[in-house]
Amino acid sequence: MAEDKNVERRQQFAARVRSLMLRLLVVWFVVSFGFGILLVEPLNEIRLGGYKLGFWFAQQGSIFIFIALIFAFSSVMTRLERDYVDGEKESGK
Amino acid sequence: MSLTVLTYLVVGFTFALYIGIAIATRASSTKDFYVADGGVHPVANGMATAADWMSAASFISMAGLIALSYNGYGGSVFLMGWTGGYVLLALLIAPYLRKYGKYTVPDFIGERYYSDTARVVAVICLILCSVTYVIGQMKGVGVAFSRFLETDYETGLGIGMFIVFFYAVLGGMKGITYTQIAQYVVLITAYTIPAIFISLQLTGNPLPQLGLGSTLAGSDVYLLDKLDMILVDLGFQEYTTTLRGSTLNMMAFTASLMIGTAGLPHVIIRFFTVPSVAAARRSAGWALVFIAFLYTTAPAIAVMARLNIVDTMQQSDGQALLIEEKPAWFEKWEQTGLLRVEDLNGDGRIEYTADPETNELTKLDNDILVLANPEIAQLPNWVIALVAAGGLAAALSTAAGLLLAISSAISHDLLKSTYMPSISEKAELRASRIAMAAAVLGAGYLGLNPPGFAAGTVALAFGLAASSLFPALLMGIFARRVNREGAVAGMLAGISVTLLYVFQHKGIMFIPGTSFLGGMSPNWFFGIEPNAFGVVGAIVNFVVAFTVSRVSAPPPSEVEELLEFLHEPSSVASQAPPGAAH
Repeated sequence: MAEDKNVERRQQFAARVRSLMLRLLVVWFVVSFGFGILLVEPLNEIRLGGYKLGFWFAQQGSIFIFIALIFAFSSVMTRLERDYVDGEKESGK
Repeated sequence: MSLTVLTYLVVGFTFALYIGIAIATRASSTKDFYVADGGVHPVANGMATAADWMSAASFISMAGLIALSYNGYGGSVFLMGWTGGYVLLALLIAPYLRKYGKYTVPDFIGERYYSDTARVVAVICLILCSVTYVIGQMKGVGVAFSRFLETDYETGLGIGMFIVFFYAVLGGMKGITYTQIAQYVVLITAYTIPAIFISLQLTGNPLPQLGLGSTLAGSDVYLLDKLDMILVDLGFQEYTTTLRGSTLNMMAFTASLMIGTAGLPHVIIRFFTVPSVAAARRSAGWALVFIAFLYTTAPAIAVMARLNIVDTMQQSDGQALLIEEKPAWFEKWEQTGLLRVEDLNGDGRIEYTADPETNELTKLDNDILVLANPEIAQLPNWVIALVAAGGLAAALSTAAGLLLAISSAISHDLLKSTYMPSISEKAELRASRIAMAAAVLGAGYLGLNPPGFAAGTVALAFGLAASSLFPALLMGIFARRVNREGAVAGMLAGISVTLLYVFQHKGIMFIPGTSFLGGMSPNWFFGIEPNAFGVVGAIVNFVVAFTVSRVSAPPPSEVEELLEFLHEPSSVASQAPPGAAH
């Protein structure tokens, strides 16, 4: 019984990690390949000060967002792992 | 004090610092030598990774590459490619390999694919891409010395080799890590100070990242609009919108650099030095923060230096620059061959246009943008001396990281894991020092006698890492069904396709005249240039690996256990992977 529950919790953990990765990689793709390359022309119609927006994403913005993505991944993973350990303690009682 | 004396003082001081650190951080075990005992703080490792990563090419060449060869927007492929790879590294590769907990990349490939063949193929891929990469760094050291310290190239290279030899052989990863931290501080200071000065001069904003989006000081014209306008007047294409090749080529180029970054062994092994899996994830974030200081400054330097050069070439009355009025830095850099003017029409003026028939600024090397930047902006001599020390720091730190990757592949993967498993820890440490010494001498030799293909090497290194190691690692971590046969066939297919494409367009080993399809773009596969082909090689690798794995026996149950271990939540993990005892 406890064994089944553990397997289930492991699968749940794995599914959460997968969906986290997938969401972050979508953002990664959209800001670089999307905003920086594929959609650069329409975005360049919008201005951010002296920057054309598409150009800004390609040479500045995507880099800042990459940093945010890695730290977001790091902190959510830490939380997921902590929850998992807490759950294990509870089921061990 | 003359500029030369000042430069000697600044460079001499930084070298003394590196040697001091090396003596203080001597390696005493193989774990020290390979992974700095796994005890490096994540922020410190982030800084060391940034120095490891940013090579002479990033420091000296990248801004010029963006501004001149790739005419602005096209250069975005380097900015996004060389930073976006860290997202892949942090999410998909580094935490899992840190969890695996061994010393090298071939270690993992050998065990995951239960095969000495896979390990040896990985070692070959690793050595191919690291050696091509290190030649560029050695050349960078020699060039920086000869330009700033007026020694000849060979002497400069010799001094650089001596310094790397000293701290890499003595300290291994431990010594390299702490010197890289010092080198990061030197190189980032040297890179940003001139940028801040120039941004202040041109826009009144001290932050180059904001200055680039600002108006020119004392006017309401935006900096970028001004540059676009002037370049179009001179017959060039617009700076902010010109594609490199096609949209598809830019996508492929960016993707190749990204996955190449996430597959380069000398970067991956840096994440083996932190104490935990969580620290490896955080550390990748810090690495990118430290890299971003340079990478978001580079596009500003590119624009501002190009505008300064164009302005220098135009006099206030709208006429081209008179030859007798050219500034002093012009002559200095003409002597180095990075800059050349020819008065083709004999009117005593230097015309700078896009048309090769009438352009009289006949040579404007990419490297000049960063190297001559302080002089073009009329900054004080100590800034010029600092740029010299920064260029050397960038080249030395990357060279050391690459040499460690090469020597640990030889002493650990070939000797200890494959051919001499009974070797003692003490003998392995000695072997790793000898391998390191041999690698330094070998790299120095190649730096002195650069083979014909040295020019295209850094791009080739990325293509090789992207098409061989990255797919093998990714499938090794996430694809349970991929087996020994699939991985080996995939790596060989990926690397062959990439090499074949590069050689057929650029010559076998880059020897001119041996290219059988010509370097011409009409022959490019869907318009993808050779430097951008790594991603196609990677796709071939994936397809071959999955197909071969389907028709051969599934991996044994130990692999299943290894994958279970890699994916279990790290804070509940046992200390070592299954089967790690032997």
